[in-house]
Amino acid sequence: MEILIPILAAAVRSGTPILYATLGEIITEKSGVMNLGLEGLMLLGALSGFAVTSATGSPWLGVAAAFVVGAFFSLFHAIVCVSLGGNQVVSGLALTMLGTGVTAILGRNYVGQLISGFSRIPVPFLSDIPVIGPIFFNHDPLVYLSYGLVLFLCWFLWRTKSGLNLRAVGDNPRAADSLGLSVVAIRYVYTMIGGGIVAIGGAYLSVSYSHMWTEGMSAGRGWIAVALVIFAIWNPARAAFGSYLFGGVEACQLRIQAAGTNISAPILLMLPYILTITVLLVISIRKGKGILFGAPASLGTPFYREER
Amino acid sequence: MKRHKVAAALALSLAVLVAGSAIAAMKMIPMQDIKTGFIYIGPVGDGGYTYMHDQGRTYMHEQNPDLPKSVIVENVPEGPDAARVTETLVRRGANVIFGNSFGYMDFMLDVAKRYPDVYFMHCSGYKTAPNMGTYFGRMYQPRYLSGIVAGAMTKSNILGYVAAQPIPEVIRGINAFTLGARSVNPNVTVKVIWLFSWFDPGKEKEAAKALIDAGADVIGMHADSGAAPQACEEAGVYVIGYNNDMSQFAPTKHLTAPIWNWGAVYDYTVKQVSQGVWQPDQIWWGLKENMVGLAPFSEAVPKSLVETVESRKKAIVSGEWDVFWGPIWDQNGELKVKDNEKMSDGEMLGMDWFVQGVEASIPK
Repeated sequence: MEILIPILAAAVRSGTPILYATLGEIITEKSGVMNLGLEGLMLLGALSGFAVTSATGSPWLGVAAAFVVGAFFSLFHAIVCVSLGGNQVVSGLALTMLGTGVTAILGRNYVGQLISGFSRIPVPFLSDIPVIGPIFFNHDPLVYLSYGLVLFLCWFLWRTKSGLNLRAVGDNPRAADSLGLSVVAIRYVYTMIGGGIVAIGGAYLSVSYSHMWTEGMSAGRGWIAVALVIFAIWNPARAAFGSYLFGGVEACQLRIQAAGTNISAPILLMLPYILTITVLLVISIRKGKGILFGAPASLGTPFYREER
Repeated sequence: MKRHKVAAALALSLAVLVAGSAIAAMKMIPMQDIKTGFIYIGPVGDGGYTYMHDQGRTYMHEQNPDLPKSVIVENVPEGPDAARVTETLVRRGANVIFGNSFGYMDFMLDVAKRYPDVYFMHCSGYKTAPNMGTYFGRMYQPRYLSGIVAGAMTKSNILGYVAAQPIPEVIRGINAFTLGARSVNPNVTVKVIWLFSWFDPGKEKEAAKALIDAGADVIGMHADSGAAPQACEEAGVYVIGYNNDMSQFAPTKHLTAPIWNWGAVYDYTVKQVSQGVWQPDQIWWGLKENMVGLAPFSEAVPKSLVETVESRKKAIVSGEWDVFWGPIWDQNGELKVKDNEKMSDGEMLGMDWFVQGVEASIPK
């Protein structure tokens, strides 16, 4: 147990940025819009979070800025996918390239700088609980915020009317439309909110995790999140589990090396991707048998009101 | 008859001319006509590797006030782009071109063949041409010295090392660091974590934390960002930086750092070119030529320890001793370098085994 606690704590730390990105994408996809621009959104969030924190000295303002920037860039995705009925995959990939390029240019002056950012704040009482305390309640505030977000989304999606509307729009937009819901407005709102949350995941990397900005610092985490949405079968609680699993593998492989064993590190690094492929396989096989899990039925299909 | 003599004289002089030009060094370029171009792998603001190259470029200009302004291109990926950038520099009039990353090698070589009048200098490679030389530094020497500091400062006798890629350059550094540490403290072991990346601040930080969790109380590093020193400062553990003085990332815990001083070779090259004596050499300079060195010691390092390091440094600079002189045992206790034997440069450049005291394996 003594050895496991630091590994599990590290799993939570390195899983948190992926968790934000996964949660954001779940919200967007639940409304029926697929956004493959996570990698670009995370970089935009990382840079804007860093820049605002560096300018104002307040990491919370940095996180807020990341959310706004993420939502703003997702607006373009929403215009293309919802209003114009464009190809969602292409628009998402364009967003990734745009985010990577824009942050590389604008971020030049920030390379090598340090900010104070978030620091670790143990939660009183809760952090004293043996085992659970050091693993979950000895982190920085953005990690705690992600716990709240998971709980909130679980409640919101399945226990509120707005959550029901969101799911209806993603599953059967025509039925939702006939009930008087504005499919277009709902898809716009959740694409933007989702994009903002993804960008917070990026801000976590620069403002909490490393306190610095480097080009391409999301390092593929956005793509892992795309896979995790499927791994989690569009369920926020499972997304948390999956994110910590991915984070845990990375923490594990570093520590296994530190322990001086002969297990090959590249093989360990492959593990999460093997898991993802396995889950995709299982889902695809089941889908063939008509079992859909939580996948929004109209994911990726544009909605035209007048069309039959 | 006369005509034949003239023809023979002409042929002879032509032969002499051809032979002469093949032997002679390249054409001399006066200092005020030298246009230097620099191709960088990273941004100048990376605070590490490329930053130190650019400091070297600045030094070159300070030493040679007549030298016209140089052109730099940052963030050039190791691939066909390198050839395009090199070519563009030549077309824009650059006649002495430096490339600072290993992966530029074949692309620079291609361009060098097409422009025989332009001088090329490639960092860390092994291919040369009549107009292309290479340069790198014996970083293992200051790494050894920093190892002495780490070995003397550790209480747990466990040192950690955040290592980028499993290549001979990095392995050599780990070995030198370990030899230095064990020269003052034979009980020391060194744990290594491979990142499989040169630059990933998140991972560098996690790796440092993992080493600290494993009991290491002085961390060395071969990665390009200041993330590992930052993690050490937070955890209250000593750290030895790399590339440049990294004390800004760990104000109270940074002991020293093996650092680069590329200015030595940049200054040397433009002077050689301006004197017309440049040769396509494979430069591998060390402490003696001041190509590598140590960042200032922190106050935590005791005076007596500084003296030990200085005396070792003197021995290396004078050439009376070097790091990879025997006896040296490998990880499994096998005698790799016998007493009174020295490793050759070739053996050092291809190093693929760990010395005694390193507790890690090299991924194959």
